[in-house]
Amino acid sequence: MAFVKRDCPTCALVAPVLAQLAGRLALTVYTQDDPSFPDGVAARDDTSLELSWHYGIEAVPTLLRVEGGVETARVLGWQRGEWEALTGVAGLGAGLPAYRPGCGSLSVDPDRVPALRARHAGEGLRARRVELAAQEDEMEAMVARGWSDGLPVVPPTPERVLAMLEGTTRAQGEIVATVPPDLVPCSVEKVAINAVLAGCRPEYLPVVLAALEGACTDAFNAHGVLATTMGVGPVLIVNGPIRRALGMNAGINVFGQGHRANSTIGRALQLVIRNVGGGRPGEVDRATFGNPGKLGFCFAEDEEGSPWGPLSEDLGVPAGRSAVTLFAGEGPRTVVDQLSRDPESLCRSFAACLATVHHPKLVLAFDAILAIGPEHARVFREAGWSKARLRERLHALLQRPAAELRRGAGGMAEGLPLPEGFKGSLPKFRPDGLLIVHCGGGAGLFSCIIGGWASGDLGSRPVVREIRT
Amino acid sequence: MSEPPRVVLDPTGERRPPQRERAARLDSLRGRTVGLLDISKARGDVFLSQLEKHLRERGATVLRFAKPTFTKPAPIDLRQEIATRCHAVVEALAD
Repeated sequence: MAFVKRDCPTCALVAPVLAQLAGRLALTVYTQDDPSFPDGVAARDDTSLELSWHYGIEAVPTLLRVEGGVETARVLGWQRGEWEALTGVAGLGAGLPAYRPGCGSLSVDPDRVPALRARHAGEGLRARRVELAAQEDEMEAMVARGWSDGLPVVPPTPERVLAMLEGTTRAQGEIVATVPPDLVPCSVEKVAINAVLAGCRPEYLPVVLAALEGACTDAFNAHGVLATTMGVGPVLIVNGPIRRALGMNAGINVFGQGHRANSTIGRALQLVIRNVGGGRPGEVDRATFGNPGKLGFCFAEDEEGSPWGPLSEDLGVPAGRSAVTLFAGEGPRTVVDQLSRDPESLCRSFAACLATVHHPKLVLAFDAILAIGPEHARVFREAGWSKARLRERLHALLQRPAAELRRGAGGMAEGLPLPEGFKGSLPKFRPDGLLIVHCGGGAGLFSCIIGGWASGDLGSRPVVREIRT
Repeated sequence: MSEPPRVVLDPTGERRPPQRERAARLDSLRGRTVGLLDISKARGDVFLSQLEKHLRERGATVLRFAKPTFTKPAPIDLRQEIATRCHAVVEALAD
């Protein structure tokens, strides 16, 4: 068998060779662009590229030897010696150069691959196929079917979903997680469909898969994070080499708009919970206020500029590996301290602000992320402070006397139901309830706090998952 | 020639929860066992204790249950126990 196209100079060059062979062998020539090519050979029409796709043709001309239906040899381009060895015919192409590389096969043309993949690999897709009516606007159709989080979504055509699935080596039928609140087993394919809706590129899919695995653990408790009246949602922090590979933002406007991976990875997770798990606002999602991050909140840590190791390492993933950490968090709030130039002063500012997470009198109830900006981090770097020392100092500063925390203390009914005789002090956070990350733009003596939700076994614990690429 | 239909893939779980008949209402509380499930929110016990008093006055036997935490669905063993031991259940919270 030979695969050729007219639009390839090497194919034109070898046309006489094919004619020469056709008289001596059982040779079938398939033409990708013009069935009248090549002259002197009764070529078969493969303008549909069906056989080219089936045989995985990457370049033309490609010469195949097929015996008993099984391919036993393949040559790409024109190589006289190889062609002679494959065909067993000597003296091929007298007068031609010994070697000419071929051209790209139309079946690997990036513009044609999505449709070819959908036509030939689409049988493996198991999701229900939804035909849109002729007059339906496809963008409106997605929203009308309830598949959107309120923003437009990308229609998940088979072509786009198959392209998305190229982002992982995992089988499309593999179950990734059981998604709350409806506890629905969710396949890689369903994740890919929702990743398309969210606007992800295929290379983001491994992060979405890892995030979904992490979210659907008892420790993270995605059911509770969804159902709570508090305004939290999944916050995703990405560490490791994949941040750079995906072009993730860890710098200027790190929590804001403008970077596709940051904006769509967290959104894909939330769309899986909405569409597969059935978790919709006003139904199982009972948030009083919610927060804009519930559309999707994902960012990368600035590891290169950090004085310390990455967050994922604090949580047990070896340095240098890609990982995503899930945290049940509200929206970020800024800590402004433009005057502290020593760690102790800056720690006191951090502690004063961290103490107010959700309520100054509520302690040991909520975790928090402290996102330290580069200009604040510099203060600790120059003083030689480790992250452990910073955390230890913050915990010490965040001890509050029980008398201040008791219900009614300070003229506020809210507080802790402490026994009458209880004295001493209590810490604001659990020992591992304060996560420290380094990110943000290079200018601005600011840091940020992301308050958490009911912490520990009572509610949600931060969960880290390695990203398999 | 008409255009081929535009096809998208269903992003949902493709499952519809089965509609179940509600259990028959109790005609009387006398001699029946009523479970009170505290979801473990603050002061839920105060509310349920008041409810227990009223139920006992009407002749019901009352069993008290509690979820380990209000943030997660009740464990399946707990649901099973309530289903096998009670004729009715009241799940309640206070805050």
